Amino acid sequence: MAETHSLQDMRQQAAITAKVFIQRDYSSGTMCQFQTKFPSELENRIDKQQFEETVRALNNMYAEAEKLGSQSYIEGCLACLTAYTVFLCMETHYEKVLKKIAKYIQEQNDKIYAPRGLLLTDPIERGLRVVSYNFVSIQTEQIEHFSVLFFLIRAHSR
Amino acid sequence: MKNCEYQQIDPQALSVTPLSAQNLGEKKAQSPRRKWEVFPGKNRFFCDGRLILSRQSGILPLTMGLIVVTCGLFFAFDCPFLVKHLTIFIPVIGGVLFVFVAISLLRTSFTDPGILPRATPDEAADIERQIDTSGSSTYRPPPRTKEILINQQVVKLKYCFTCKMFRPPRTSHCSLCDNCVERFDHHCPWVGNCVGKRNYRFFYSFIISLSFLTSFIFGCVITHITLLSQEGKSLVQAIEESPARYPLSLVICFFSIWSILGLSGFHTYLVASNLTTNEDIKGSWSSKRGAEESENPYTYNSIITNCCVTLCGPMPPSLIDRRGFLPPDEPIPAASASDIELPPFRAKNDANMCTQSTKDVLERVVHSSDFPVLCSPGTPKTTPQVLNVSSRAAPTSEPSPSVGCTQQQARQSAATACPPFSRSNKRDSLHSINPAFRLASPSPTLSHTTLILGDAPDTGFNPLH
Repeated sequence: MAETHSLQDMRQQAAITAKVFIQRDYSSGTMCQFQTKFPSELENRIDKQQFEETVRALNNMYAEAEKLGSQSYIEGCLACLTAYTVFLCMETHYEKVLKKIAKYIQEQNDKIYAPRGLLLTDPIERGLRVVSYNFVSIQTEQIEHFSVLFFLIRAHSR
Repeated sequence: MKNCEYQQIDPQALSVTPLSAQNLGEKKAQSPRRKWEVFPGKNRFFCDGRLILSRQSGILPLTMGLIVVTCGLFFAFDCPFLVKHLTIFIPVIGGVLFVFVAISLLRTSFTDPGILPRATPDEAADIERQIDTSGSSTYRPPPRTKEILINQQVVKLKYCFTCKMFRPPRTSHCSLCDNCVERFDHHCPWVGNCVGKRNYRFFYSFIISLSFLTSFIFGCVITHITLLSQEGKSLVQAIEESPARYPLSLVICFFSIWSILGLSGFHTYLVASNLTTNEDIKGSWSSKRGAEESENPYTYNSIITNCCVTLCGPMPPSLIDRRGFLPPDEPIPAASASDIELPPFRAKNDANMCTQSTKDVLERVVHSSDFPVLCSPGTPKTTPQVLNVSSRAAPTSEPSPSVGCTQQQARQSAATACPPFSRSNKRDSLHSINPAFRLASPSPTLSHTTLILGDAPDTGFNPLH
């Protein structure tokens, strides 16, 4: 039959809306760090090493944004002296790093995750609470749904 | 054969049936709205989302008025005299201080204090699922605390029932603004906003510069009166001769100086020890409390480092996207849709669940908002439990403690927040009530739907019967 799909394919098509959330790691205080523990839902999709590398790179970038170095102090003191009006003209160091992070995530999605059917979302869209991996769907035509329906009936009647 | 395109599934994007197509058409007729217009907290926005203020901006106009009136009187009456007798720098210094105070005040009031956006339904469901998958099939409310280790110190993270997430450390829920604020210090009615991570440095510079300004004006007015009295007149005569307005600025300065100086001193202590007003009042890190010796895990054990971190550290960005646009096909909870969906669903309930297509099920998830109707008979038993949860949850919602600045009726606001808790809790609880329900019916969380559809062909829907 034209609409024959294996049960496996159908199940994969059905698993289109799963999201995996990686929570924050507060063991070093209030700094923005994410847990590097590999979630079991991603076992079939990517290697543990790849995942850890991505999360570690994100953690390093956030650490850089929040770093208490001479640059941030100079920026802070300058802002204080100008009654914080300098923030209206200048982009802060944090914002610059956030842009870098967005670019990195885009790059990772294009190179590594999209071919495997995953989508990594930028944590800033979630208020820096979680990093989420979305499972990407295969969108099919209406007629395909009837075929899936038919197949389900068949599967049940067996 | 098939037109496959890799696309991230969005619950909103699933609506392709005629019913939802109609809704989409209606929605497109409206202009795109910005996110601040649908912000769930009790805040007011100005300049199209650029400025944020608490809805209870109480006595901010009074604060501004007091400062402007005092400085106005000073410039009008004291300055001409003092410029003649002393130096021209007096109004210059006064002017600089006044500008500093005004800018700091405006920045404190109109800056986002570090509000955490509420968890999306997916995240909330994920957290609930993580807690729930400890084996028990009956619904349990999310435990209210989670303990973690920060710098070898045990810290309890509380679950916020309003924002549906575990609060990060040092975050507290302000009952006046109905938001979780990072590094919550206190809600200041004089400033009309919460003081948190992002605007603490503005608040601190406001009170320090205000201390300098009030001390300066007080000093100048005293000097003025002294000089007048030295010109051969007695002190009382000097005051009588000057316009009646002179003493006004003196009186305002005299009373405000003690409170402002006291507050500045207190906050200097907090900055130096990397504490917040909230933590100080609760005595979270006080070693005198009980037998446990708890130290502040956030301090750098050096006054200079603590000051630099709090006041000159990197400026974190605003986490609530105020000026972003809402996605055009935002689902509006439609009670009518669930009514339409209901009869066919009930008819099929006893029959094969597999007769529903994938998209049908997911559509119901998106459009139905009234879940009690769709529940299996097992629900009524668990609902009282849910209501118990919500009534228990309400009194523990954080009152926002604050000292020197405000007197809050936290219990009142917690009590008024109770009905919303019960409604939202009920809705969230229903999808994970019993396994039969989970396998047989659609749930609000799409991750649950994954499990449903994935397992359906194998089990043959036995739990239904």
